[in-house]
Amino acid sequence: MNLIDRYAQRRFLRASRAAEQRVGLAGGIKWALRYVFPDHWSFLLGEIALYSFIVLVGTGIFLTLYYIPSDSLVIYHGSYPLLQGEQMSEAYRSVLNLSLSVPAGLLFRQVHHWAANVFIASIVLHLVRIFFTGAYRKPRDFNYFIGLTMLMLAILEGFAGYSLADDLLSGMGLAIAYSVAMSIPFVGAQLASLVWGGPFPGNSTFWPRLEIVHVLLIPAALAVLITLHLAMIMRQHHSQFPGPGRRERNVVGTPMWPAYALRSIGLLLAVAGVLFLLGGLVQINPIWQWGPFHPYLSENGAQPDWYIGWLIGALRLMPNWELVIAGRTVIPNPFWGGAAFPLFVFTVMFFWPALERRVTGDIRRHDLLERPRDRPMRTAVGAAFLSWVVIVFAVGSTDRIFYRLGVSYTTQIHVWRAGIWVLPLVVFFVTLSACRSLQRSGSHPLRAWQGNVVRRSADGRLEVLSDSPDRVVPPATEPPVGTVPGREFES
Amino acid sequence: MRWLTRRSRVPPVLRLSLAVILAAASIVGLAAPPSQGQTSPTNPNGGAAHEFNPPTKSPEAPAPGDPTKSFPDSPGLRALGYTLYQGTCASCHGIALQGTPGVAPSLRRVGPGPVDFYLSTGRMPLDQPKSQPLRNPPLFNRAKIYALIAYISAFGGPRAPTADPAKGDLTYGFHQFTLNCAGCHQIVARGGITVNAQVPDLEQANPQEIAEAVRMGPYLMPHFDAKQINQHALDSIVRYVLWTRSPINAGGWGIYNIGPIPEGIVAWFIGLAALVIVARLIGERMDERT
Repeated sequence: MNLIDRYAQRRFLRASRAAEQRVGLAGGIKWALRYVFPDHWSFLLGEIALYSFIVLVGTGIFLTLYYIPSDSLVIYHGSYPLLQGEQMSEAYRSVLNLSLSVPAGLLFRQVHHWAANVFIASIVLHLVRIFFTGAYRKPRDFNYFIGLTMLMLAILEGFAGYSLADDLLSGMGLAIAYSVAMSIPFVGAQLASLVWGGPFPGNSTFWPRLEIVHVLLIPAALAVLITLHLAMIMRQHHSQFPGPGRRERNVVGTPMWPAYALRSIGLLLAVAGVLFLLGGLVQINPIWQWGPFHPYLSENGAQPDWYIGWLIGALRLMPNWELVIAGRTVIPNPFWGGAAFPLFVFTVMFFWPALERRVTGDIRRHDLLERPRDRPMRTAVGAAFLSWVVIVFAVGSTDRIFYRLGVSYTTQIHVWRAGIWVLPLVVFFVTLSACRSLQRSGSHPLRAWQGNVVRRSADGRLEVLSDSPDRVVPPATEPPVGTVPGREFES
Repeated sequence: MRWLTRRSRVPPVLRLSLAVILAAASIVGLAAPPSQGQTSPTNPNGGAAHEFNPPTKSPEAPAPGDPTKSFPDSPGLRALGYTLYQGTCASCHGIALQGTPGVAPSLRRVGPGPVDFYLSTGRMPLDQPKSQPLRNPPLFNRAKIYALIAYISAFGGPRAPTADPAKGDLTYGFHQFTLNCAGCHQIVARGGITVNAQVPDLEQANPQEIAEAVRMGPYLMPHFDAKQINQHALDSIVRYVLWTRSPINAGGWGIYNIGPIPEGIVAWFIGLAALVIVARLIGERMDERT
């Protein structure tokens, strides 16, 4: 044990003694500091989301100091020359002033917006990791449901924040959201009235409501769920990849203190650093260029933030089907793409653990993860489903592709209406085949080639012993014949 | 599947960095406007386009007292214009400018504006009569365009409008552009689409072309008379369009000012990709623990 370790230990003991004498938490702290994190870089993806959330809360608090949730019409006389004398909502003016007059206001707004985009992106990537390694299996299925709930809340939260600015772009987004809400069978009109306080664009109660949802209700719900999520992880312990000495019911890795906590703090600083770099250098949502929203205005190429893109894609892809009974439209068309599609995707994800248990008959507890190749069928179904959603998402940019590449919008829609069923099938079989091929070869698709190990014989010839230094066969023995390399896990 | 299982010789961090660079390139690719001189695909409008005919409109005349653009005229120019017209235009627009029903409109009484607009932006002549005319390098030089203007204007029509951005007001121009133009051309004039047609960005349009387009309404664009957009509004719109080429990007790199699509690409492939690289560098890999 070196000097620093000893110093750290002394500090640790003193701190725990102090806590013990006052609140009697020494046991808990000791337990927390000795919590063991299994080592794999992909376990940090969830932490990226966690730290983005912290940045979001920090910057968000700053933004609430300047935001005014009011739709009363005012005349702009601020610093931006192109909007002088323009009539706009007080909400839009407050965001304009925040962006262009408040010191560091634009920086915080841009960091907040980039953090939101990265937050949801990292949740999705984390979810992909959880799915393809089987980390959602019992006993962690409950925590997986919490994660899915947080993803839904995060999407809603992002859309609410995007809408608060009341600029031309977000106003068009709210108009689409209103139509989707209206399209819900039987209750749609009442629901839309309830949320907007009347027909679009809603009455003056809508904006304070939207603000409270965005700055208090959903963030508080997210904070509670994040706490639950982490508490469940601590209680159940991390799952880990299989390896030497790693079994179900044990964890091999790095303890919280002094090793893992520092690494995690490093990641927090990296997340904050990247988000502030983006916020300072790359412009996001320049609302002064969009101008204020009025219901009679629109612009071409209006798009939502990326995490709503799959709903726009679904609205575009869906044929113009409506359910009409006795001359009354029971299910209007926007319902399919805007509400039924995301509902279906999340339902499938929520029921997947139970479905898998039913199909495989495996109801045991699992603490060891599986590599994607170890379960070719799950990996292939997951990849096909993911590609299905990604195609719908990509269809959300058909307008820009038409503009840029000249492939007509209608042609693209027609092609993808077929492609949405064909391509996932292709993905399914390619993934299945790739998994089986990886199982046979035992190699890692993301790992760099590390050289061959060769032996020079007495007559000067070179003989390849192994294609990688970490799997050197000792020269004294002959390479074993007839083993299946993919079956033994690399360590 | 051997290519999937083969070990790559490129280190992973280098590969992730490559992904970041490719992502940045894809932003440029997807978000950037089509470059000048991009020839229109043989059928940019897809299958349904052949049933589609844009409405024939006659250009709006400038209001009395509004400035107009004069073009040179002489018997010699008209004679050259006649030759050029019969060689390049008459197969669709007719030997006596009468037009061909369902293919090309009549050019009688269109005046000099549309001729100047279509020829100097390279939108005419069109190799496929029914495809959408898009901006291309002009086929004719200035002198030949003047000749064709002189010849076709001899069949009558309103004088060509013009615009002077120096007389326009930027704030009013933004307001008017939002009301009349942004619905198709995008709020920062970056272009877009309508049903079966691309809406051009205005990054290369000069004031004269913009004035002619507003009064004439090329292809699917509506035409605006002096009551809808008066001369001051026209001058102001032109001034705003010129401003959009370097708008106020207070937030940093403007990523083409078209909003969420490039923003999403940056969030995923620069922001999150950088953080995944960090995670991979500070998190351990299984092969390090032997």
